[in-house]
Amino acid sequence: MMTPPALIFSLRALPRILVALALLPAIGHAADWDIDQLMRGLAQTRSGRASFVEKKSIAMLDKPVESSGELFYSAPDHLEKRTLKPKAESMTVDAGTLVIERGRQKHRLQLQDYPELAAFIDSIRGTLAGDRKALERNYRLSLDGTAERWTLQLLPLDEKMQAVVKRIRIAGARDAVRSIEITQADGDSSLMLVEKLSTP
Amino acid sequence: MKPVPARRGRTVIALWLAFILACGIIISRSQFTTDLSAFLPRSPTPAQQLLMEQIRDGLASRLILVGIAGADASARARLSKQIAQRLRADPAFVSVNNGEPVSAGRDRAFLFNHRYLLSPAVTPARFSVDGLHAALSDSIDLLASPAGLLVKSLLPRDPSGEMVQLLDQLNRGTRPQMVDGAWASRDGARALMLMQTRASGSDTDAQQRAMAAIRLAFDTAVSLSPDSLPKGCPLPEAGYPHPNLLPGGEGAMVRSACFDLVMTGPGVFSVTSRDTIKSQVSRLSIISVALIATLLLLVYRSFTALILGFLPVISGALAGIAAVSLGFGAVHGITLGFGTALIGEAVDYSIYLFVQSEQGGADPQDWIKRFWPTIRLGVLTSIFGFASLLLSGFPGLAQLGLYSIAGLIAAATVTRFVLPHLLPANFRIHDVSAIGLVLSRLVQRAAALRWAAAILLLAACVVLVQHRASLWNDKISSLSPVSQADLALDASLRADMGAPDVRYLVVVSGASRESVLQSSEQVSTVLQAQVDQGELAGFESPSRYLPSIATQRARQASLPAPAVLETRLAQAVQGLPVRAQLFAPFLADVAAARSQPLLQASDLEQTSMAMAVDALLIRQDRHWSALLPLTAPEGVSINASRIRAALSATGLPNVLFVDMKTESDRLYSGYLHEVILLSLGGLVAIIGLLLWVFRSPMRVLRIIAPLAAAVITVTAGLAVFGQQLIILHLVGLLLVVAVGSNYALFFDRADCPISPRTLASMLFANLTAVAGFGLLAFSNVSILQAMGVTVAPGVILALIYSAIFARKSHA
Repeated sequence: MMTPPALIFSLRALPRILVALALLPAIGHAADWDIDQLMRGLAQTRSGRASFVEKKSIAMLDKPVESSGELFYSAPDHLEKRTLKPKAESMTVDAGTLVIERGRQKHRLQLQDYPELAAFIDSIRGTLAGDRKALERNYRLSLDGTAERWTLQLLPLDEKMQAVVKRIRIAGARDAVRSIEITQADGDSSLMLVEKLSTP
Repeated sequence: MKPVPARRGRTVIALWLAFILACGIIISRSQFTTDLSAFLPRSPTPAQQLLMEQIRDGLASRLILVGIAGADASARARLSKQIAQRLRADPAFVSVNNGEPVSAGRDRAFLFNHRYLLSPAVTPARFSVDGLHAALSDSIDLLASPAGLLVKSLLPRDPSGEMVQLLDQLNRGTRPQMVDGAWASRDGARALMLMQTRASGSDTDAQQRAMAAIRLAFDTAVSLSPDSLPKGCPLPEAGYPHPNLLPGGEGAMVRSACFDLVMTGPGVFSVTSRDTIKSQVSRLSIISVALIATLLLLVYRSFTALILGFLPVISGALAGIAAVSLGFGAVHGITLGFGTALIGEAVDYSIYLFVQSEQGGADPQDWIKRFWPTIRLGVLTSIFGFASLLLSGFPGLAQLGLYSIAGLIAAATVTRFVLPHLLPANFRIHDVSAIGLVLSRLVQRAAALRWAAAILLLAACVVLVQHRASLWNDKISSLSPVSQADLALDASLRADMGAPDVRYLVVVSGASRESVLQSSEQVSTVLQAQVDQGELAGFESPSRYLPSIATQRARQASLPAPAVLETRLAQAVQGLPVRAQLFAPFLADVAAARSQPLLQASDLEQTSMAMAVDALLIRQDRHWSALLPLTAPEGVSINASRIRAALSATGLPNVLFVDMKTESDRLYSGYLHEVILLSLGGLVAIIGLLLWVFRSPMRVLRIIAPLAAAVITVTAGLAVFGQQLIILHLVGLLLVVAVGSNYALFFDRADCPISPRTLASMLFANLTAVAGFGLLAFSNVSILQAMGVTVAPGVILALIYSAIFARKSHA
């Protein structure tokens, strides 16, 4: 059977066309904006202080829990969340140790014993530190938006982690994080809005 | 030879051979040990006894710490997992830990299923309406906190948060960090593993097998995992058999070069010190025999004389070992090492016989008549000196004493009664009178050195007075044959594991497990108060993992009946954002816990808590003890008197606060004083003997003076060189007196001026003693080294001082 030359031509052209099509979304993005650049920008913040308002929706509880307080971060691995309302409590992560203080109670946890919790904390710490490598150990990253208004989505790689956290969405402007939204696998979710405070 | 003495000679030789044979048979059935506890004091009090036994046989003695260095972190972690997998199947190991969560699931299930029996928060008040309300709102807060992720699934079954309580309690204390799923050191340069052997730490053979199994698992893992071969490692050369075919073979050796395996722990220490002692003893005895043989050959120029000269030595060594074996049931390796040094002294008797006998095949009977009484007295003074060691609380020292006494008696007796019958007709050795004459001239002038000697002695006294405070080393670790490098490795691996040395302990003892656990709970309450006040960082207690039956019953009784709990719960949730229906599983669990069988020790099996209970709760016949190790706050030491006062306020009997370090050091310094007293006793006994024989205090003083001078000078010399004295230095000084007494006695012989031949014999005897003991000074076993550095210079000084302070001869 003879093959019409036109068809051969179009088949040969197909890969080139596919490649061209594949490039289209990339062209649609701001050409000078990618994860590496976001990370570089974030990494420049060595320490920071911010206020937060968090709203958690937990199925077991009849109504969402709202809390507010302050966040402190200093590179590379110190993260502190100080809740002031409704009840004073604090959570401090230093390298591999998590300390939760609530009233007179003090819980000290080794993150290595709780890999899901560790991965979860590292998603926030890794973003603040601009540590792409650390983030990619546990998550598949995707970036949307522009430098002025970006959203970084983290999807857990590990099956165990997937059973706990469905997705983490971190939004921000330039090198500042504005909100962290966590959707758990069972449908519970939390949204934390962050407002940068001037460092004293 | 005359027929009568010949027949008598045959009888004597036959008796001697029978004796040697008997010794040989005893020795062939003897047990040889290198157990270090022979050089630890026997403990006087039951609590100290317990601690010593813990050191020897307790859980801590069964731990082996392993570090793997080399290549990159992930290769090390992979190796660690492969080794662990292999060794977990080996029945010689009770547990193999490397951070892999092998028992984490079992641990959590155990804690969760027994939470109402284990949690100290379970009290009647906690299950009242108010108590439940408080516990619930706490749990809801926790749910909203970042840790909520972890507790969410627990809430319906455990709303009062007992599981969180338990985990919190158990997770205190530091543990090594994880790198790639396995423990790693703080600096990340080593993978870490912790193994517990089934055999006790004092079973050195079993510990050696365990070490070999670890080494084999390491070699196999290295050779069987080609992907773990890091970059930059020497690859097997072309034509090499594939390394996978050679587990532990040459391929493994090539690969092992990239990784480094280190092990430490009490069992490892006993294995390495046994190896050290074994190799030292065999090497020292070979060198010492070779050295002395060369020396004697140079002097005698006769092989016959050399061989005959060693007969008393061999007889003495055999008699010594046989006597120790009969007296103690086992012979310590250190005793054998010491025995090689004693060769240097035992050979003296035959030197005296050969050299002092008139040349030209003179009748040895003449020597016996002229010199034997002096030598006999020398032997007796040595025996009197060593007899004091027999009374020592150190089994090791008593062994040395018995060995010396039996060995010296046998060597002297063989020299006196057997050797003369073995001397062939026309026996002669090289004429040494030329050396004797030189020595004689030197001795004539030696008296001129009296002033110099007096000044030296005075200087030595000044040094001793200056150093009097730091003269003695009263730390028990000074006796340890473990090298500094091994101790440093041990300390660094321990620090990496986050397992500091247990120094402070509370020991609770009693007649039953239950009574000990109950007392532990009361002590725990006191200790917890100290933790809250910041006096302690924390503590451990067996009752944490296995509460007493009484406490478990009380906790069970705190749980309300299902109907009551349901009503209270309905009231407790008011004002909280939860509905009571959510907690149906909680009601069911509490109902089950009310009739749950109480927790037994056997329920802990297969969990990692079993190891803790095993270590902290000890049974000896009908006696039970609980150990509660205390952790000091960081950078601060524990205020012992404060803890003691708090404990005594409880009025509990049989509760003992122990500072292991002070306790063992105090124990040791007590024994040091004992040995000082014993040595002085030995000295008094020697003086008494000389007084009894000579009945002249002046003469005894003349004999003792050079020996005392030698002892003072050597001690001062050790102080100047910064060597602190341990018990074995003291034994060395005793030896200086024992060996030196021979010289002093010869110089003191009243009947005639000292003959050149006698002088020569003394010089040779001195040289062999210096050779024998001097070698010990190069040993890296501190016990042997201490004796060497004391005896070798000491006997030289004893000879010189004896010559200087000898009565003026009229020659």
